[in-house]
Amino acid sequence: MDVYLPTFLLIFIALVIVFGALIVSYLIRPSNPSLVKQTAYECGELPVGPAWANFNVRFYVIALVFIIFDVESALMFPVVAVYRHFLQLGSGGAVLLSLLVFIGVLIQGVIYCWRKGDLDWIKSYRTSSDVRAKGLK
Amino acid sequence: MNETIVSYLGETLGLNFNWLGTLVIFLIASLILASFLALIGGLGTYAERKISADIQMRYGPNRVGPYGILQFLADGVKMLLKEDCIPRESDKFIFKLAPILCFAGVLASLAVLPLSSGFILSDLNVGIFYLLGVTSVVGVGIFLGGYSSNSKWAMLGGMRGASQIISYEVPVTLTILSVVMIAGGLSLNTLVGGQGAYPNGWYLFHNPFSFIGFFIYFIGSLAETNRAPFDLPEAESELVSGYHTEFSGMRFAFFALSEYIEVFVLCAIAAALFLGGYNVPFRLGGDGLLGQLFQLVVFFAKSFLLYYVVIWVRWTLPRMRVDHLMVLCWKYLTPIALFNLVGTAIWMYCFNGRSMYMILKHFLMASGQ
Repeated sequence: MDVYLPTFLLIFIALVIVFGALIVSYLIRPSNPSLVKQTAYECGELPVGPAWANFNVRFYVIALVFIIFDVESALMFPVVAVYRHFLQLGSGGAVLLSLLVFIGVLIQGVIYCWRKGDLDWIKSYRTSSDVRAKGLK
Repeated sequence: MNETIVSYLGETLGLNFNWLGTLVIFLIASLILASFLALIGGLGTYAERKISADIQMRYGPNRVGPYGILQFLADGVKMLLKEDCIPRESDKFIFKLAPILCFAGVLASLAVLPLSSGFILSDLNVGIFYLLGVTSVVGVGIFLGGYSSNSKWAMLGGMRGASQIISYEVPVTLTILSVVMIAGGLSLNTLVGGQGAYPNGWYLFHNPFSFIGFFIYFIGSLAETNRAPFDLPEAESELVSGYHTEFSGMRFAFFALSEYIEVFVLCAIAAALFLGGYNVPFRLGGDGLLGQLFQLVVFFAKSFLLYYVVIWVRWTLPRMRVDHLMVLCWKYLTPIALFNLVGTAIWMYCFNGRSMYMILKHFLMASGQ
């Protein structure tokens, strides 16, 4: 557990710095809040409605694609870390093959997303109708 | 190879520390590192303004201290004296949490920064994986900062920031995977120790794929730290100030500080992974404390060179558009990074892990005989 101690210490130091600075700032800064100061900035106008509204769905699709990629690269880390050792033992071929199969599946995912038009920021409907016309939907 | 700075000091000084000594040394070393990196972050803001002034033929800050070098202290004092405005309709808890998450995430990533072979706070055996995980906490902080403000500008900035940071994490992770493949280990000392002191031993020139990989990593880390040309989350001309529009005073200062420290951390990791890290030519200074000093100098020289390039890029290139940004990430960088990974794997298998230079040397020696 020894080796993980600095990470906790650094997080602790970060908290001390943040709260220390905020407390010092609290002691010396002016504080006269008013209604106008506490409204959200909208170019000087009064804000119209809350900002927590429905948002463009593209962001969520990107997040979903990201999760798939991130999980797969996290799964590849242990295999990749022992690859060199296995090469020296003379059995690198098995690791290479399994890596290639795994990356092959990953590339298939990229191609699928690309064909579906999910990697375009503005999904063009032309693309999806093309795909549908070719019977690939 | 020493696991932590405590074991290094114990070995060098011939001492055996008990748990209290370990804790104290860790605390002192962490404090030194955190305050030093905070200083680098502060000087980073100064360097940014001075270099941008140089590029645009202006003077830049030149009033506070010699050549204006104390400007960041003046800025800090000003931030301390600013009123703390929190929007009435914001989510107060998350609003206060966001800068803390950013700052804690960045500082926690310092634990595995390989400044020299001895001065690495803790050489975790999952080092680079830990670093990837901890730096993504900054993305969470940025998103929560934008989301909790209940302001449209901040919301747009936070959403853009989140999508950009998670997107560019994919090519960066894939590139790091190919470097890990060359080194054969995840700990930072393994990654740096596998390289030589001269460019022929660097992973940058290990094979053609890692050469491309360096540029992918660099572009990706620019985007992960929201630096221009990828500074869409805080695009001044479009989104006022992006995700930190509603933050004032010290809360804003922590966002800015953590951004500058993160830029340095990612530059340092780029130097460690591709540019030979702390390896000193001719083994100057040997293994003693003098050698550690030379290693620190070499490491910081490489990191600051990359830091200069980051600032240089910011003041040279115009900002990208959101859709171009996503196309660059998903249609160019990710496929190239996947290709690099496959290429590196095949290279390692075919040449049994030897670098371009070693193969060339072998070939020349064989032909000479």
